[in-house]
Amino acid sequence: MMLDVQELSVAFTDRQEPFTAVDKFSLQMDRGEIVGIVGESGSGKSMTAHALMGLIPRSRAAVTGRALFEGVDLLPLPREALRQYQGRDLSIIFQEPMTSLNPTMRIGKQVEEALFIHGKLSPGERKAKALAAMELAGLPDPEGLYRQYPHQLSGGMRQRVMIAAALVLRPRLLIADEPTTALDVTIQAQILDTLKDINRQEGTAILFISHDLGVVKALCSRVVVMKQGRIVETGPAEQVFHHPREDYTKLLIASRPSRKKLRGGGEHE
Amino acid sequence: MGKALLKRLALLLGTLLLVSVLAFTAFSVIPGDPTQAVLGMEATDQQIAAFRAKHGLDLPVWERYGRWLSAFVRGDFGQSFKYDKPVAELVISQIQVTLMLATVSFALILAISLPLGLIAARRPGGIVDRAVTVLTQVTMSVPNFIMGIGLMFVFALVLKWFRPEYVSLEQGLGPHLAFLVYPALAIALPKSAMTVKLLRGSILGELDQDYIRTAYSKGNSRGSALRRHVLRNAMIPVVTFLAMAIGDIMAGSIVVEQVFGIPGLGRMLISSIGNRDYPVVQAIVVLLAAVVVGCNFLADLLYRVMDPRIERT
Repeated sequence: MMLDVQELSVAFTDRQEPFTAVDKFSLQMDRGEIVGIVGESGSGKSMTAHALMGLIPRSRAAVTGRALFEGVDLLPLPREALRQYQGRDLSIIFQEPMTSLNPTMRIGKQVEEALFIHGKLSPGERKAKALAAMELAGLPDPEGLYRQYPHQLSGGMRQRVMIAAALVLRPRLLIADEPTTALDVTIQAQILDTLKDINRQEGTAILFISHDLGVVKALCSRVVVMKQGRIVETGPAEQVFHHPREDYTKLLIASRPSRKKLRGGGEHE
Repeated sequence: MGKALLKRLALLLGTLLLVSVLAFTAFSVIPGDPTQAVLGMEATDQQIAAFRAKHGLDLPVWERYGRWLSAFVRGDFGQSFKYDKPVAELVISQIQVTLMLATVSFALILAISLPLGLIAARRPGGIVDRAVTVLTQVTMSVPNFIMGIGLMFVFALVLKWFRPEYVSLEQGLGPHLAFLVYPALAIALPKSAMTVKLLRGSILGELDQDYIRTAYSKGNSRGSALRRHVLRNAMIPVVTFLAMAIGDIMAGSIVVEQVFGIPGLGRMLISSIGNRDYPVVQAIVVLLAAVVVGCNFLADLLYRVMDPRIERT
């Protein structure tokens, strides 16, 4: 098993009333698997992702439980040891491609940054790997983009740059935190296809977080449904989508606008 | 480097022209006559007429301005009424002192504000941060001549670290700088306070940005995220502010030179106004304006270089 999360909880301590954002979240993931977490905003799904990535400041919240990555519990690791995993073994892409890139740093430098942090490659070798990662992320003309700045790119392109930067060291797990929510529907479908291709080609496991059950169904083999920090239901994607056990899941499915009506077409598969 | 900069350049020249017109007309409007100031009360009509003819004072204002301007752009700043020497000669001997004072002031601003700003931003709300906030608030609200008098009192009269007597460059670079540190401090402290405040706010603002989260997710340490990502973005407004502060530093030195008895441009400007020595005043005013406008231009240029989002068409 690659990832084994046991009773992960995130409790914010920096507010007047302590607030539990994630309550005893458990999940097992194998190499190369694509698992989805669905839930409405505030259900704790992004918080779970950030906690797994070690991105929640310890001064703000208590993260408890266990998160075993290939047998090593990431949660109690000191910052220095955790840094060795971040960007190398596990990577993350975020919801906001417009603001997640440094506006004054060239695209190339941002894509190859993890190489710079985690290794001692020459600039030439770094560039070669960066260009390969950009190609993998479906960016046209990587050589030309290498010297450009984020503001010269569209939202979809920026998300692809984020994907390239996250994949430059070929991590075994990619956490995708609502990566397509801020994008147009057509771009959304293309990015999902790219993620699928990457999973197939590189064997990268993907933990895909979304509020959109349909997107999750199209991409993931298994789904976890979250509500108010807790897991409501979990199971194979098809089963959860077509035969939900819990009322909340049914509600979530029913509340989804039908793509057939909106686009006059079927689901993108 | 493009249309926008050419436009700025044109604006710059226009501003300087306007300043020179204003300075020129101001002196033909205010009371007081250079002939009397230079020749004294007992001058004969003949002497006065000769003086006026020599310096072109018998001509109408606009014609005098035209002559002055055409000579000025060719590098001829005119003759001083009082000293009967070329203005350029007088100004150049004084400007060195003022430039030195301004340079030391600027160096002090950097030396004080950059480390303090970083430290204050490191732990917002911490002891250092709160102490810095109080200190900046106090120094920001004190005008630089009061600061000068205060520094003079504390360091020269009470602590006796220096003698309140000007030490020129001819007496050695070391002693010269050792003296200039105090007036420079009077100029630098209020500006440093503002820079600290700006830098602290700017760093904290950048630390909140999404791209810093991305930086951490790649395995950056706090220090490397700060160096590689935060600083460059946080420095953009600070660098712009500092470039514009150079103008203020020059202006501040005029006042502070009075307090510390430094024979620089400021002293010369004030005594020349008293003597109604227009050519000198005119040259100094336009030179100071050139420095201020030039620094604004520099700020604009730096901003464009540092922030790729500003289109360089």
